[in-house]
Amino acid sequence: MPSATLLGQALISGVLAGGMYGLLALGLSLSWGLLRLVNLSHFALAFLAAYIVYDLGTNYHVAPWWSAMMVVPAMFLIGVAQHWLFDKFKVNELASLLITFSFAMIVEAGIQLHWTADYRRFETHYSTWSLRAGPFYIPVLELVLCIVAGILAWGTWLWLRKTYVGKALRASAEDADIAAAFGIDHKKLAYLLSGIGAAYAGVAGTFIALIATLAPAQIWAWLGVVFAVVIIGRLGNPLGALFAGMLIGASESLAMAVLSPAWAPVVSFSVLIVILLWDPDWL
Amino acid sequence: MIDRMGAWPRRRVLAGMVGATAALGAPAILRAAPSGKPVRVGGTLSLTGFLAQTAVVHKIASEIMVEEINSRNGFLGRPVEYVLLDDQSKPDVARSLYEKLITVDKVDLIQGPYATAPILAAMGVAQRYGKVIIQSSMGIPKLQTYDMAFPATPFGPNPDQTYPNVILDAMASMPTPPKTIVILTSKFPSAQFMAQGMREQSEKRGVKVVLYLEYESGNRDFGAIAARVKEANADFLWVGSLGLESNQVLEALRKLDYTPKNSFHLYPAPGPLALSPDAKNALCSTFLEPAEPFMSRPGVARQAAAYKERATKANLPYAIIDAQAAGMISEWQILEAGVNGAKSLDDKAIAAFLKKNGADTIYGNLRFDGPYNHGTAEQLIKQVQNGEWKVVWPAKYAAPGVKLIGS
Repeated sequence: MPSATLLGQALISGVLAGGMYGLLALGLSLSWGLLRLVNLSHFALAFLAAYIVYDLGTNYHVAPWWSAMMVVPAMFLIGVAQHWLFDKFKVNELASLLITFSFAMIVEAGIQLHWTADYRRFETHYSTWSLRAGPFYIPVLELVLCIVAGILAWGTWLWLRKTYVGKALRASAEDADIAAAFGIDHKKLAYLLSGIGAAYAGVAGTFIALIATLAPAQIWAWLGVVFAVVIIGRLGNPLGALFAGMLIGASESLAMAVLSPAWAPVVSFSVLIVILLWDPDWL
Repeated sequence: MIDRMGAWPRRRVLAGMVGATAALGAPAILRAAPSGKPVRVGGTLSLTGFLAQTAVVHKIASEIMVEEINSRNGFLGRPVEYVLLDDQSKPDVARSLYEKLITVDKVDLIQGPYATAPILAAMGVAQRYGKVIIQSSMGIPKLQTYDMAFPATPFGPNPDQTYPNVILDAMASMPTPPKTIVILTSKFPSAQFMAQGMREQSEKRGVKVVLYLEYESGNRDFGAIAARVKEANADFLWVGSLGLESNQVLEALRKLDYTPKNSFHLYPAPGPLALSPDAKNALCSTFLEPAEPFMSRPGVARQAAAYKERATKANLPYAIIDAQAAGMISEWQILEAGVNGAKSLDDKAIAAFLKKNGADTIYGNLRFDGPYNHGTAEQLIKQVQNGEWKVVWPAKYAAPGVKLIGS
């Protein structure tokens, strides 16, 4: 029987790991839920941002927060440019899957060409810092990630609920024609939302550079679990994405602690199936 | 008299000098650059996909060896051309590409891909067309059942039994021999295979396995796993890791303020682990490192220098030759020995020669007369010492002054 300390520590690790799932899911959930575009290149953009942060940090000793200030606006512009293409070619939900998949493949090839296929690791002196709370340890970087993910998710939720722009976006997602009849310029708002989604990929990428292993093929490592998070959290719901990420992260981690680490992927998709069948009101 | 006596030796010296000059010059004249229709050697490597970080090492080693072979006499006086395709780290793609190499591209010979699953896929095709296939990275030798498949790395026929005992011997030589062990492994087949062997052999030798855990290859978060390893608090941590998993495990442990007393890592990314502040005195598997006594083997110093130059140029973060690159060099040396020995490009003749004579390689003389065409196992242990890998076990392979450090 695992000890209370082990269970508590596993829960902390899982919730914090779930913060990354939530952060990655945030942009994807917005574009899928409000623009009806399934943007697979979101993962590629996050990794592109991670590689740039790694490169700036390793070769030019630029602190990651300064790198983020360059990378996040750059990703915003890429997101806007991407939407220009979607708009110009009138890409629908299904076609967006194929097109963004192709875009992700191109980004992956570009990353491999420039940084090679070899593993990259952004070593920092603070990567293993932890706070101690009784018998438990709280990794500082993961904690900061969760706080940032929480601020972004909460801020986005408020923006969508309380501002005119946010309400207009939600109205357009419900029924674009009716929204247009009320004078909402859905196209302009879509550019903004696409840019924000890509900028969130830039934020996620900054943390990926600090926490994870970089290799071009890793772009696809998060795909399954983040899709599960987006669906559990409900499309277009930023707070839902964050909570779902933490739920999946905690479930995986507890499975690793109580059963076997090999059960973790099974647990995350089992949670997805249970939630879809159960369909609770609170989600 | 004195002059005559002196004259003869002078003439002899002169004649000797002429003879020596002729002898030195002759091979260069007789051994003209290979010419004629190239001998095409086909193969795949995982240039993209999840195995790509290792395949790039094999590609560089292959380029070095093709140049080296062509600077000698090529194959039977003909230049060697390496037809390399990308199997995308997928066994099904590897299978199709080997089929294409043999039936469409009509290559004369083939060279094996990287990693157990693509090798198995390619081996089936090689067997169907009666081609010799040489591979350096099949971690489960008993799966190599084709009689014209040859291993280029001295795993030995049963590394799941032999290698754990090398590790256990090293552990037993430590000032305080470990009595308990945690075995943590990826479910990647060759790592899992070795982990199961480690568990069996540890129990046989009285080292208590207090925790045995398997995780999915590509596991993202090691927090909960680290918590279990910390709670088990064994004397020795054995990690069946691939790539950067070892770094992730050690970092996760550090976040819990825990450093394992001793740790061993199976197939890690050597550069990042050596440089990790968490990997002080970490142990790892190897077959060769660029130090004595290995550098005294014929050609190794030249190959190590060539590898460093090319890997640096290719922007690889770890540009030092190790067992991965050496494996591919060995593959080409075996193929060259087979072709030259058989004096033929006929696969059956090459296989017969290799089985009978073995081949001189970067790993020394390899024999192929044991089960699954394997010879003697020559697995070694290296250790991170002052940020560099040093071979420490068996002691006869350690460089002068280098010793195994144990807690």
